[in-house]
Amino acid sequence: MLEQYRICQTTGLRVFQSTENLIKANAVVAVIFLAIGGLFGLSIALTRWKAVHLLPADWFYLALTAHGLDVLVVWIVFFEIAVLYFASSVILGCRIATPRWAWAAFALMLIGALVTNVAVLMGNSSVMFTSYVPLKADPSFYVGIILFAVGTLIACFVFFGTLVIAKQEKTYEGSVPLVTFGATVAAIIAVFTLASGAIILIPTLLWSMGYISHIDTLMYRTVWWGFGHSSQQINVAAHISIWYLISAVVLGAKPLSEKVSRFAFLLYVLFLQLASAHHLLVDPGISSTWKVFNTSYAIYLAVLGSMIHGLTVPGQIEAAQRKKGYNNGMFEWLRKAPWGNPAFSGMFISLILFGFLGGISGVVMGVEQINLIIHNTIYVPGHFHATVVAGTTLAFMAVTYLLVPLIFRRALILPGWAKAQPYLFGLGVAGISVFMMGAGTLGVPRRHWDISQADAILPYDFPGAANLMMGLNGMSAILAALGGFMFIVVVVGSILFGKKIDASTEVPIAPPEDARVVGEYGNEDHPAIPGTIALVGVFFVSFILYYFVNWKYLAEVWPLR
Amino acid sequence: MSEENHQEAADSNESERIPFMQQLLDNPFLLLFLGVTIPTIFYIIWGVMEIVTIPIAK
Ligand code: HEM
Ligand SMILES: [Cu+2]
Repeated sequence: MLEQYRICQTTGLRVFQSTENLIKANAVVAVIFLAIGGLFGLSIALTRWKAVHLLPADWFYLALTAHGLDVLVVWIVFFEIAVLYFASSVILGCRIATPRWAWAAFALMLIGALVTNVAVLMGNSSVMFTSYVPLKADPSFYVGIILFAVGTLIACFVFFGTLVIAKQEKTYEGSVPLVTFGATVAAIIAVFTLASGAIILIPTLLWSMGYISHIDTLMYRTVWWGFGHSSQQINVAAHISIWYLISAVVLGAKPLSEKVSRFAFLLYVLFLQLASAHHLLVDPGISSTWKVFNTSYAIYLAVLGSMIHGLTVPGQIEAAQRKKGYNNGMFEWLRKAPWGNPAFSGMFISLILFGFLGGISGVVMGVEQINLIIHNTIYVPGHFHATVVAGTTLAFMAVTYLLVPLIFRRALILPGWAKAQPYLFGLGVAGISVFMMGAGTLGVPRRHWDISQADAILPYDFPGAANLMMGLNGMSAILAALGGFMFIVVVVGSILFGKKIDASTEVPIAPPEDARVVGEYGNEDHPAIPGTIALVGVFFVSFILYYFVNWKYLAEVWPLR
Repeated sequence: MSEENHQEAADSNESERIPFMQQLLDNPFLLLFLGVTIPTIFYIIWGVMEIVTIPIAK
């Protein structure tokens, strides 16, 4: 039986009907949970702002649990599944493997997400998304997460199956395009992630039901972070693939070197997941050898991978722009980039914030000694809002501005809002990241309801600067929430009410002729990228300075006298 | 061997030899195998071994 497909007018890609429906369903659910989870985020940030202190304690921990789950797990993973189907079926131009299983995966994930959300909202599962034992949640909390994980695993295998079909039916020649390769890396990391999750959460479920009497806390934390951390590396692989995708579709940019970019992704496959150990850097009972091997020696190879992408993504944008004639000076290519196209601006802001805020802070705090300064302070959420919100979430938002015309075939409503959205959201998220990091450096703990410590036996006052930063964090949260709200309005509004696009309509934000490079293998010839090299230089100087500042700071915390 | 012989040898080979790295990168299931075993050994198994060998307090 031959399945129906259409040829996309702008990219020349084949879009099969069943793939299109699956992408739509997964993306829509993702966006709904982003809206819900984002509101919880705002309520937490307002609670941590001393002057506002919005929620009472029990609601704070409930909201914190719901926030972590709905944005970090539900939003991101549903969206990633949409990306996997896009990167396999659409980019390779082949039908999706076993659409029935893909729908079963979707149903399991949705049911799982709902079950866990209900458990949290009932109020007896405020265990944070990490659910560290011996904190005990309602059994349905774990059941929901397990169903969600099983669904995700099925979806990953639908992706691998689709790769096999494309190869058998010869819908492409030679190697898969780079974006598909990056998505494959994300799916590979997902398999390890989900296996770790199953190994630890199934016994934890049995424990919460009373069938198992004891789960060792350190064992739990070790295996759980194989799940919790690795899932962040799925995000990294996915959003870097999206950077490549957007620069190909919006600018017709080809990779500077397929070999180098793929090698960087290979470093992720081999090493990135080991970084899970950075969550255990202060846990007693595990040797420094294990900690340092997993968080330093091996992980720096994966960091090398990220730095390669940090060079090649802006590099391929520069090369494509210079080919279009933007050749004056170092930075004309950047000034004349399509800053009014939210897909591009969102992608580029994601790249910059992820590298400068998330990347630098991540590597520095992953050093065993330096970690002591900030462990379990609000510096940690500061860091990961730079990675997973400014990096991943903003990249996913950016690509949604392409998916709406290409997959939903609707024109964007409120183009002015769409244009401004990445800037507002980017600014807000940069604010929450920087201010939480700043407050954390001054010792403000994470996951704490009351910064005034009113019910503590020994009173403690944080320095005024810390309170100031938590206030600025609250204001930035309002800005980020506003940016998130605009995104939801534009996307949901466009899907429901946007002008239908068919062959005759003109897409307002149209990808160029050469967008089809996204589905091809091949390097840019003779690229010259002086501007990118200069930016990379600035990055390295910032990196080195920040690294040494932290050692100096550590030396002051524990002076040698 | 002269240049020409080389050329002949390459031509007579049905398909040109694919470099090792390319074969690795083109094989998602081999990558999947590596991506699961490496962290399982270095992170999970090694970590769990250290935890189970912690002596139990009396
Ligand atoms: C409007 C946007 C957002 C705001 C204002 C916000 C704010 C916050 C704040 C204030 C915290 C609590 C820090 C603490 O007390 O420990 C937090 C935690 C967290 N956020 Fe967000 N956030 C936003 C979006 C996101 C997104 C999009 C993600 C994921 C993609 C995310 C992931 C997390 C996670 C995983 C935690 C940790 C929860 C825990 O400690 O259990 N946030 N966020
Ligand atoms: Cu981590």
